[in-house]
Amino acid sequence: MSEYSIIGKPTKNVDGPAKVSGEAVYTFDMTLPNMLYGKLLRSPYPHARIISIDTSEAEKLQGVKAVITGKDTPGGRYGLWRRFPELCDQTTLAMDKVRFIGDAVAAVAAVSTEIAEQALDFINVEYELLPAVFEPLEAIKDDAPLIHDDCSNNINITRHVEWGDVDEGFKNSDYVREDRFIYGNQATASTEVHNSLASYEKSTGRLTVWSSTQSPYYLQLGLSDALKMREGDIRVIKPHVGGGFGGKNSTMPDSLNAAVLSMKTGRPVKIVYNREEEFTCTERRTAMNMAVKLGLKKDGTIMAREVKLITDGGAYTALGPTALYLTGTYASLPYKIPNYRYDGLRAYTNKMWATSVRSFGATEAGFAFEAQMDRAAHDLGIDPIEIRRKNAMTPGYEAPGQYSVGSCGLSECIDKVEKRVKEKWTGLAEDEGVGYACFDYQCGGIFNWIDTPYAFSGAMVKVNIDGTVDLFTQASDIGQGTNTVSVMICAEELGVGIEDIRLHPADTATTPVDLGAWASRETMMNGNAIKEAAAEVKKILIRVARLKLAENIVYDFEAKNKRIYLAIRPERGFSYYDIVKDAIKENDGQALIGIGHYTPHRKGMVTPAWAFGCMASRVKVDREIGHVKVKEIIVAHDCGQPINPLGVRGQVEGSIHLGMGWGLCEEQPNDNGMILNPSFADYKVVRTRDMPQIELHEVLTYDPEGPFGAKESAEGAVAPTPASIANAIYQATGAEINSNTLKPEKVLNAIREAEKKKPAKR
Amino acid sequence: MKKQLKFVVNGNPYDIWIEPRLLLVQVLRDELGLKGTHRACDEGCCCVCTVNIDGKAVKSCSVLAMQANGKEVTTIEGMKNGAELHPIQQAFVDNWAFQCGFCTSGQIMASNALLKENPTPTREEVQHAMDGHLCRCTGYNMINEAIRDAAGRLQAQKAQEKTK
Repeated sequence: MSEYSIIGKPTKNVDGPAKVSGEAVYTFDMTLPNMLYGKLLRSPYPHARIISIDTSEAEKLQGVKAVITGKDTPGGRYGLWRRFPELCDQTTLAMDKVRFIGDAVAAVAAVSTEIAEQALDFINVEYELLPAVFEPLEAIKDDAPLIHDDCSNNINITRHVEWGDVDEGFKNSDYVREDRFIYGNQATASTEVHNSLASYEKSTGRLTVWSSTQSPYYLQLGLSDALKMREGDIRVIKPHVGGGFGGKNSTMPDSLNAAVLSMKTGRPVKIVYNREEEFTCTERRTAMNMAVKLGLKKDGTIMAREVKLITDGGAYTALGPTALYLTGTYASLPYKIPNYRYDGLRAYTNKMWATSVRSFGATEAGFAFEAQMDRAAHDLGIDPIEIRRKNAMTPGYEAPGQYSVGSCGLSECIDKVEKRVKEKWTGLAEDEGVGYACFDYQCGGIFNWIDTPYAFSGAMVKVNIDGTVDLFTQASDIGQGTNTVSVMICAEELGVGIEDIRLHPADTATTPVDLGAWASRETMMNGNAIKEAAAEVKKILIRVARLKLAENIVYDFEAKNKRIYLAIRPERGFSYYDIVKDAIKENDGQALIGIGHYTPHRKGMVTPAWAFGCMASRVKVDREIGHVKVKEIIVAHDCGQPINPLGVRGQVEGSIHLGMGWGLCEEQPNDNGMILNPSFADYKVVRTRDMPQIELHEVLTYDPEGPFGAKESAEGAVAPTPASIANAIYQATGAEINSNTLKPEKVLNAIREAEKKKPAKR
Repeated sequence: MKKQLKFVVNGNPYDIWIEPRLLLVQVLRDELGLKGTHRACDEGCCCVCTVNIDGKAVKSCSVLAMQANGKEVTTIEGMKNGAELHPIQQAFVDNWAFQCGFCTSGQIMASNALLKENPTPTREEVQHAMDGHLCRCTGYNMINEAIRDAAGRLQAQKAQEKTK
């Protein structure tokens, strides 16, 4: 891999100097002249019909410039599963009823946030309370209250996946076990809250929105559908974003209502959520109830697996069906399963809706699968590493009708982790355990529920007379380092330096469509588009160099280190800068422009490539109080060719942090639909003192589908973190725990249960 | 009724009249336009808004601006030396010690105060000192490494100044 001059080299973040000096501008920091401040009135009830709304008192308040309710909005329905009109179940403001505590009912624009907040108190809403339902198993009963009138039994969507002969597979198994896993919600808890600034120009009928979003394109579509405007009349700009983690894919009431209020007032309007709104009214990880059955041969070979899942969808659709779909996929990986069946159902409930959070589906499915693997290994008398190695995914595998696997370094990852654990973790203390978990993750999604006619990603490269490069891409850097990866890929392909490239990111008016930052898709999809765009310019440069050297077509040229030269005789060539000048003259004086695009083809229904890995956690368990301390983590990771090793490490470390949160402490208890801990005082995230040291090994593979062979690194390592921690607890104590979070009380109870079953210590 | 606030921010003296109910973070961001100091909670639980007052790390959402009267405030905007990044800032860049960057100003300002008190902290001492700082992206380890890297750079800088 050493032939690259930029790819694979630790490269500093291109946004670094701005981000460490306070100069990076987030939507949160923006103001416009004459700007108004908006606030949303939210429902205090989980389910109620709106009888009337009286805004007259609020309108009289000095400094209030507009008050709107559902009837003042264009009334379009929108949603991320746009391909299915019945799943577009959201509106700018509640039209006739509210479906969860926090549903937006009215919005105010005023000269200050304080006045806007005050005005909310003067809006009188008369509600007729309706019976509400909070549990998915209750929600699907015939006598449950209907949350959406046109959706019977509150069944939002179902999903079935099957291959092989599952019943036969179980019949041929020597060992069959069934377990049920229950998972709670997880907040995204980005440090930058949801916020948007909208500016509508009455004279042209055009709207510009700056927003803290993961996908400018999805926001443009959501605004277009909800406001009944042409996409092209809406310009979405993504400034720097203070974290997304899956919670900023959907169009939310902040951008929609800022837009409508700007239309009403003719002034820019900004809506910023407070932290309580962020915790109670933004998208979160899905709560699940998962029944899993696993059949194996005596030697540990997996014969069949069956998964039945019901998810707690909350009030609206958003990306929830994708969580349902992906959980069914991830429950079949990263081991080879000859016979597999999955049935999933997403139910509406009267709660804040749940959709995508980093590694959605994989974390939940992985926790169950890895727990079952450890328990089966124990019962069959097989080493936990051996049972994983025996069933590990291999390159070229096909899941019939579902997905195909290209490159796969899982076995190498398992070997690496086993070796390092043996070398490093000799002499475990009595109260310590080591738990293993394998993982996989997609590199973007193939599914097109958004119903875009565009390529999944596009990019444009413009090379100027002095050799400087303008790179236009809509890929969304939300902190993961995409801007740096984009520039690196462009620089490598063109053979120029990082410093030669000026990036123009994430503006729907100036960049070709990209679907945004979700499912770890940017490196794969936008990377390929950028590479193609740069290659197009490179081709022009090589043609000019070839003419100057009068070389035959059979000889290859290379563009590298700011030179264009003959591959077999590198000394025969020219400075990149000189060739650019010649090429532009030869091109009738036009700058050199290359465009590229990427859409996956013939890769099944899920993803163009899979990343893999194996993790081991060393955990100390206090048998007296049930407290769990993660001491150290070793992880081996196949992300293909790492583009930027610094960024890869950052993504893996961050994924582990989020996975620890889901596993150990993050939860959102509710009382009749009201989230009880909407603050950082009460919602516990992992802080620095609880972070273990992490030893990361990159196992290099080359995936033919990825740019320079690259695969994802942004989400995969979330899933094995809680799974390996739970397995370490199991290895240390025999405690079987079938839910997150692994809080002391739960761990202690499970230890006592295990001791009852087997008084002798493992 | 507005009150007079006289203080020094990033070396510049200010003499302004403000509503005494305003928090320091509000005055810095909204009155002085220093938007590099961010805010992520409303109750002093995340340390994202940390600045230095007379060299100590302080959550600017948890003090009234008037409490800074007569004092010296340093924000992230005051860290650079002209165009040159401060060694702590450079160490954050070199160690990939930020991702989204939203909490970074607070992390750097807290590090600045920490390294004045303890110029050679261990991993555990950094963890202890920085424990209140919420970061949702990095998992903290790379921040910890950057702070200790910065400590080394500052020590080297000091040694160099002595030999001059």
